[in-house]
Amino acid sequence: MPSLGNILQLGIKELRSLAGDPAMVLLILYAFSLSIHTSATAVPESPHRATVGVVNEDASALSWRLIDALQMPYFLPPESITREQMDTGMDSGRFTFTLDIPPDFQRDLLGGRGAEIQLNVDATQISQAFTGAGHIQQIMNAEVAEFLARHRAEPVMPVEAVIRTAYNPNLDRAWFGAINSVIDQITMLSIILTGAALIREREHGTIEHLLVMPITPLEIMLAKVWSMAAVVLVASALALRLVVQGWLEVPVRGSLELFLLGAALHLFATTSMGILFGTLARSMPQLGLLIILVLIPLQILSGGMTPRESMPELVQQIMLAAPTTHFIQLAQAVLFRGAGVAVIWPQLLALAAIGAGFFVIALSRLRRSLQ
Amino acid sequence: MSPQQAAQVASIAGVTQRYGEILALDNISLDLPAGQMVGLIGPDGVGKSSLLALLAGARRLQQGQIVVLGGDMRDAHHRRLTCPRIAYMPQGLGRNLYPTLSVRENLEFFGRLFGQDGAERDRRIATLTRATGLASFTERPAAKLSGGMKQKLGLCCALIHDPDLLILDEPTTGVDPLSRSQFWALIASIRRARPEMSVIVATAYMDEAQHFDHLVAMDAGRPLASGSPAELLERTGTHDLENAFIGLLPEARRRQHHPISIPQRTACDSIAIAARGLTKRFGHFTAVDSVDFRIERGEIFGFLGSNGCGKSTTMKMLTGLLPASEGEAELFGQRVDPRDLAIRRRVGYMSQAFSLYGELSVRQNLALHARLFHLPQAEHEARIEEMLERFALTVVADSLSGGLPLGIRQRLSLAVAVLHRPEILILDEPTSGVDPVARDAFWRELVRLSREEGVTIFISTHFMNEAQRCDRISLMHAGRVLACDTPEALRKERGTDTLEEAFIAWLEEASDEPPADLQATPRATGSNAPQRDPPAFSLKRLMSYARRESMELRRDPLRGILALFGSVLLMFIIGYGISLDVENLDYAVLDHDQTTTSQAYALNLSGSRYFTERPALTSQAEMEARMRSGDISLAVEIPPGFGRDLKRGAVPEIAFWIDGAMPTRADTIKGYALGLHAHYLQTLARESGAPMATPGVEIVLRYRYNPEVESLPAMVPAVIPLLLMMIPAMLTALGVVREKEMGSITNFYVTPVTRTEFLLGKQLPYVAMGMVNFVTLVALSVWVFKVPISGSLATLGLAALLYLLCATGLGLLISSLLRSQIAAIFGTAVLTLIPAVQFSGMLHPVSAMEGISALVGQAYPTTHFLIITRGVFSKGLGFTELWPYFVPLLVAIPLLSLASVAGLRDQEK
Repeated sequence: MPSLGNILQLGIKELRSLAGDPAMVLLILYAFSLSIHTSATAVPESPHRATVGVVNEDASALSWRLIDALQMPYFLPPESITREQMDTGMDSGRFTFTLDIPPDFQRDLLGGRGAEIQLNVDATQISQAFTGAGHIQQIMNAEVAEFLARHRAEPVMPVEAVIRTAYNPNLDRAWFGAINSVIDQITMLSIILTGAALIREREHGTIEHLLVMPITPLEIMLAKVWSMAAVVLVASALALRLVVQGWLEVPVRGSLELFLLGAALHLFATTSMGILFGTLARSMPQLGLLIILVLIPLQILSGGMTPRESMPELVQQIMLAAPTTHFIQLAQAVLFRGAGVAVIWPQLLALAAIGAGFFVIALSRLRRSLQ
Repeated sequence: MSPQQAAQVASIAGVTQRYGEILALDNISLDLPAGQMVGLIGPDGVGKSSLLALLAGARRLQQGQIVVLGGDMRDAHHRRLTCPRIAYMPQGLGRNLYPTLSVRENLEFFGRLFGQDGAERDRRIATLTRATGLASFTERPAAKLSGGMKQKLGLCCALIHDPDLLILDEPTTGVDPLSRSQFWALIASIRRARPEMSVIVATAYMDEAQHFDHLVAMDAGRPLASGSPAELLERTGTHDLENAFIGLLPEARRRQHHPISIPQRTACDSIAIAARGLTKRFGHFTAVDSVDFRIERGEIFGFLGSNGCGKSTTMKMLTGLLPASEGEAELFGQRVDPRDLAIRRRVGYMSQAFSLYGELSVRQNLALHARLFHLPQAEHEARIEEMLERFALTVVADSLSGGLPLGIRQRLSLAVAVLHRPEILILDEPTSGVDPVARDAFWRELVRLSREEGVTIFISTHFMNEAQRCDRISLMHAGRVLACDTPEALRKERGTDTLEEAFIAWLEEASDEPPADLQATPRATGSNAPQRDPPAFSLKRLMSYARRESMELRRDPLRGILALFGSVLLMFIIGYGISLDVENLDYAVLDHDQTTTSQAYALNLSGSRYFTERPALTSQAEMEARMRSGDISLAVEIPPGFGRDLKRGAVPEIAFWIDGAMPTRADTIKGYALGLHAHYLQTLARESGAPMATPGVEIVLRYRYNPEVESLPAMVPAVIPLLLMMIPAMLTALGVVREKEMGSITNFYVTPVTRTEFLLGKQLPYVAMGMVNFVTLVALSVWVFKVPISGSLATLGLAALLYLLCATGLGLLISSLLRSQIAAIFGTAVLTLIPAVQFSGMLHPVSAMEGISALVGQAYPTTHFLIITRGVFSKGLGFTELWPYFVPLLVAIPLLSLASVAGLRDQEK
């Protein structure tokens, strides 16, 4: 039976060690304040300030009208270019989109002969290319339709489509970006703190000292888990209140307490992962690399940066083993959709199960590595 | 220069040094004679080490003046001039060595730092290792040397460049008597060969100090007395230095000291510690070879032996830290079981190296252990105070233990070991580095524990006067016990005058190693050390750091493998993981109309490959619930009377409810939904035969550079910059901070290497490794992912080189600013992962960003390298088009290096 007193004392020791490293404390403060703010506001709406070059060979009322329709903040004011500049401008990355409006464009349309606009998209600009192209197409179609409607009586649309966006009516990127950034920091910090604390004990010989005391590996591990999880939990609760709700003015619909419960379970899993890495790595440099190799996929493939639906089935399945996947789903449901336990229990369960899995593996590795 | 000055190697005037609240040196003024062996003696923590570090130029002087070898040590130029003439060996077992490098590699590194060529190095290494008896261990990694051998290696490293001033901080702490006598013989013979060399030594061994030319006794940051040993004896009226030392202490301190008397032990038949055929093998090496002993309860059992003979290994087997390969160990008649917590409470163990928490204060360390050993709560306070008092730790009770002098740290370890009143004490060289007064105080405590409380004490030591106090001692050599009896019986057995002589006789007899070859003493190569200016920048010194760094990298192949295979793996994961079109979005229909017309509309949606239909919705409430749970991300609500209204031309409204929690996905859904709606309208128009609007505008869409809109060609050029930033930055980020944490940074402080050489030397190996990584990633892209390079490969290669210089430079900057490895790892993750993934145009173009992120994005090297990789991979570009993006990289490299140089101190604070 593990001794709660020992776990408490060892955990307090971890907290003291952390407090004794002012640079680390500063970095944590930065990560949970400025860094979150910057990341949240960085994720632009798509398209946002997209660069467009236009070859206007028609120079008619309609063609100017089309160009004018590309407005901030979606598009930077389109630049007038020549046909030759289309290629070089895209090559150099100056334009993500180039439009070529052919001569006699307006006349052909009014004459009922139809006309073509060429829209070139820089496909390397991953996020803007597709949504931006769709956006431009829509704008062009709408403008042309309206223009024609004024010159000829057109039948109205037989069915109207109304878009209603729930939970984030203006699709404000900062809302999601802020939460996602908090989650990224939680994952990153908790893995690094526990993993590095373990390696440090080994490098400084203090782990050997612990082993001659009446303390079990389970107590050592539980102490690291609770103390580091507590630090991260407090930091993230403050970040949510002060940075996300206060500074960024993101309206949080759901219960912060429920989110923190999820975060605690998530931290159970990530701190266990940290300890596991600490037993796998032999030195701090190895640990640093291992952490990078794990953090990148966690950040990119958990559904925080791109939707899970856009990943191959196999990747989606594999990422189900990562706590971040479930935690991001949970965070979205709780904070934006105001979901309760009745809705998010599967995620809570998954987090607990993954955490338990990592904990057991890490504990057995810790036991073996300490022998 | 007056003759008076010429006769001094160092003169110290009005020096005061303060660390936080502790006054290490208190307005001290002192002249140290040249060409002599000068000893600093005094209790622990009186400022001896601080003074030596200041003399070596390793620490920054706070107040006063120190002139060493004719120049002011505050003057950086003078320090650079003189540091090739000074050798400094810091305190601690091999703190300035590189554990993964072999003996030879450590020595070669120092030789290169002082600009020696290969032949000269080999000659010097050969003579030094022969003189110290290390010749047969040259290929052994420093980490696997015993404590005493590490000290010898440290001395060899210090002596490799014929210094004019040798500064040794407790060089023989933890060294066995035989090695110790060899050590001093070696120094004596070097001094014979080079009489002009001055030596300044701090030592806790008074028998060593006896042979020095000049002694300075220090206490509380001030010199108490100085003069030759004879003068000091005369002044105090004592016969030996040990007593003279005590006599010199202030009255209050002196009163704490009493001679030790050891009462007779009454025999006891219960056995506390027993070992039978205890054996430990590491691979083919037998560290402990069938050792037997039985130690009675209450006995003080001394464990003596040369360094590396297996004492510590035996002790670790007794505590259960190491499993025995053969044989068995018993405590209190029970087999040692590492899982038995009850036994651990009855044993106190102190390991050779300090293994308490340096980041906790003395009191906090004691309190932590009191709680972990479950001392009754009510007792804590009193017991901790008692320990502080008994081990003279009260003054430093609230100081961080990591920053304390060696002797005081040892006392703290001892206090911790006895804190919980164990019945057995296993103490591994507990008094190494502890001053004589404190040592005697400690022994009084041991005697009391043994005689009054019946505590069994198993202790290893290198002090013969301590061995003398043991009830029995056991002599160990090369894993075997040579003799075991009372000290007196052992002396008689060899027929020698002292125990030390008996001990050395046994060791020499048993030793199969060639004795140290004192004739091989290095001769001075020139008339004197080079007097010319060391060059301000030396490629040789830079390369010696680069070479050492890459050796360490080779010794740790897992790091290279992780870096290489890790990036390959990540490229696969990200390359395949992010696809560009979103499919299988879950949606459901809420059809209030339920007519064939409305069903036709729903059918139009379900045919799309973008959407996957989920069971239909029956009510608004259900819609909300299912969207809240994330079951559906789109709900299509068809109003009542949809079919009727459509026929009547009343323009019914279809509502698309989109989950906006994740805005990027919501945008995509919106686009798809509107597209499908438009498609429906077209079909409707065609079917109804109504005249469709006259042909409108047709927008011809061309996706440039990736016409098929495949994921891999889009992601691969973006992943390379990401990986080449993160991995090299992480590798270099630990470079400097690791040396700070482990202590080898001192070498940088006291050798002629400049900050630029040090940093560039650390950077180059990782740039090379990064280039290997780059080539692998490009090969992988071209041959495995089939993403061809359409532009100039040479341009890409050059850009990668510059980019790697930026990435490693960023890592070094973090490393030179921070002090702990944990902070460096987290700092690197925060400062590279987020900007590289989010602000550098990997997913969102930098032009789309605003505010801080835009600034970071525009300045961050990844942004520019990303444009270059995309240009070369996808757009078929070369240097003529891409050169503007080289400029920011070229600007960043020197800026990062300058910032690192500025951030790195060239002396300890």
